[in-house]
Amino acid sequence: MAGERMLECRGLRRCFGDLVAVDGVGFHIDPGETYGLLGPNGAGKTTTISMIAGLLERDGGEIVVAGEPMTTHTIRAKSALGYVPQDLAIYPDLSARENLVFFARLYGMSTAEAKRRSNEVLEVTGLTDRAHDQTKTYSGGMKRRLNIGIGLLNRPKLLILDEPTVGVDPQSRNAILESIEGLSSEGMAVLYTTHYMEEAERLCDRVGVIDHGKLIAEGTRQELVNLVGERDHVHLSATGDLTKAAAALAVQPWAHEASATEEGIDLVVDDARENLPAILSDAASAGATIKSVEVTEPDLEAVFLHLTGRALRD
Amino acid sequence: MRAAVLICMKDLKARIRDRSALLIGIVVPLGLAFIFNSIFSGISGNSKAIAIGVVNADRGAVAQQFVGQVLGAVGRSGLIAVHPEATVAGARALAAKGTLNAVIVIPAGFSARVQANQPASMQVIGNVDSPISSEIARSIAEGYTSDLNRVRLSVATVVHGGGSSSSLPPGEIRALAARAVAAAAPVAVLDVSAKSKELDQKSFFAAGMAVFFLFFTVQFGVTSLLEERNNGTLARLLAAPIARASILGGKLLTSFLLGVISMVVLVVATSLLFGATWGNPAGVAVLIVAAILAAMGIMSLIATFAKNAEQASNWQSVVAVVLGLLGGTFFQVSQAPGILSELTFVAPQAWFLRGLGDLRGGGISVVWVPALAMLGFAAVTGGLAVTRLRHMAEV
Repeated sequence: MAGERMLECRGLRRCFGDLVAVDGVGFHIDPGETYGLLGPNGAGKTTTISMIAGLLERDGGEIVVAGEPMTTHTIRAKSALGYVPQDLAIYPDLSARENLVFFARLYGMSTAEAKRRSNEVLEVTGLTDRAHDQTKTYSGGMKRRLNIGIGLLNRPKLLILDEPTVGVDPQSRNAILESIEGLSSEGMAVLYTTHYMEEAERLCDRVGVIDHGKLIAEGTRQELVNLVGERDHVHLSATGDLTKAAAALAVQPWAHEASATEEGIDLVVDDARENLPAILSDAASAGATIKSVEVTEPDLEAVFLHLTGRALRD
Repeated sequence: MRAAVLICMKDLKARIRDRSALLIGIVVPLGLAFIFNSIFSGISGNSKAIAIGVVNADRGAVAQQFVGQVLGAVGRSGLIAVHPEATVAGARALAAKGTLNAVIVIPAGFSARVQANQPASMQVIGNVDSPISSEIARSIAEGYTSDLNRVRLSVATVVHGGGSSSSLPPGEIRALAARAVAAAAPVAVLDVSAKSKELDQKSFFAAGMAVFFLFFTVQFGVTSLLEERNNGTLARLLAAPIARASILGGKLLTSFLLGVISMVVLVVATSLLFGATWGNPAGVAVLIVAAILAAMGIMSLIATFAKNAEQASNWQSVVAVVLGLLGGTFFQVSQAPGILSELTFVAPQAWFLRGLGDLRGGGISVVWVPALAMLGFAAVTGGLAVTRLRHMAEV
């Protein structure tokens, strides 16, 4: 249906005894959009997506996937989903091909179709050469790629990835992120959970910040930054009359703070990228000789810190 | 159903590949059946009739009655083969050589002493390597002499019952004793009907080992649910567009098929390789299916209390060994004295072996009681297990 959201969830709630793991979480994902659920360990990310994937009963709220209501027993909604769990979920005594064919058949494909699709996924994940080897002989990176590949078997409308890069070496991690970027460009909706700010910033069109079971903020990266009023930090390594230069910069309309240090000048400004030429010009005019410039834009880590008073990885 | 079959086929492939099911289900029970059969075939000797020598040094009426009626009747049953021997020395030599398992010696004057209402005894010479055979010979002789003593006491009561010390002439006493002995005629016919209801040694060990290891074989299916939960693949199965019951169904189907394959292979292999006789195929099939279901129920229930596959496996093994021993899979507990012979039927294995034994002496209808008993185990434990398994099949 035109304009149909790929995922709509409202008021999700889940308790484990007295612990309220998820409390009123609600968001949506449009077709082709990558949505990040960003939060520290224990924030409720996995519990939230477990409910969305139909693994876990919910104590409250609604979930609709590709227009179909989702529960632990529905089948139609699950047909539209691809799920990549955080833990490696592959059978070690089966080969990559056997793993793929098995899951493909669970998704309703015939044997021939399952084999054909498995070959495609093996190609995409770069595992064709080792397709017949038992996965217990694979490296960690190869297992991760297969883990993601299984999630792609049924060409899902919505792919859910739960922290897919945890424990992965940087090279494999980069490869995984590149492949996810590719999926998004093909029009697949992606729900991506992570506690790595840089992954969320790189991959996600919109980000939901979750902490202690609640969705505390949501939006694009820029919207979140603006929401909390974070500004850019500029450090000028310079020599000369730094005090005079700092004073000259401080009176500019885009400057909020300016201070001279032993090594240069520290500034807090609006939109450093746009105002950088003026910063350099004014500093030079005031007698400073600029050696280098360092611009630090506010990131999601800063947003999280501002919203919760804690770092993402506390 | 389709998803359950897919899951079952995947599990069977994994099990066959890691060879554990092959070892536990077929190789080890076959090997142990062979070993036990080899060890015990020389001791019990029940593959052929017991050779008992008789030295009748008396030849009187009472001795003839013992040899002709008592030993003759037992001999006709096929349990013993009576070998008349001329001398005690010759018979003793044959017993020492092992040609005879035991010798009964009726001393000269035996009949006269009995007829004179005096104590009389026989001698039993045993072969130390055939303790059971010697015991059987002794039992026969003892049985007869006990009856003779009973008769002697009865006659003594009649003779002296009026209070006078010797109210009958000796001739009349002899006649009375002879008539009493003849009337009593303790023809020691053993209850040979038991033999036709007991499994022969080869069949016993074949069946015992098969049903003992069955409880280990069927563990694989349900315990793998714990493995899947611990290694993360259960989450994938739950996220797939299949009914949750299919996951459980697939695991139970795996257990059942592993049990069937294991038992069928063992029945065929032990029949061909060891000469074990299992009985009417239809009856055996009924008993096997009932035993598999009982084993699945018990093992599944135990697994539902475990936190992980290793813990489940440990607990299941303990229960399988205890039930196996109690159920008489290694030695026949049903003939043990005291409460043990009753307790044995707490184990489904005992019902399985009893069913096979009953099948030897009767038609297929005799298997229904043991089968129903095993199905009762299956229903109770399986019902509880299914209720708890539903919670196991959750992340």
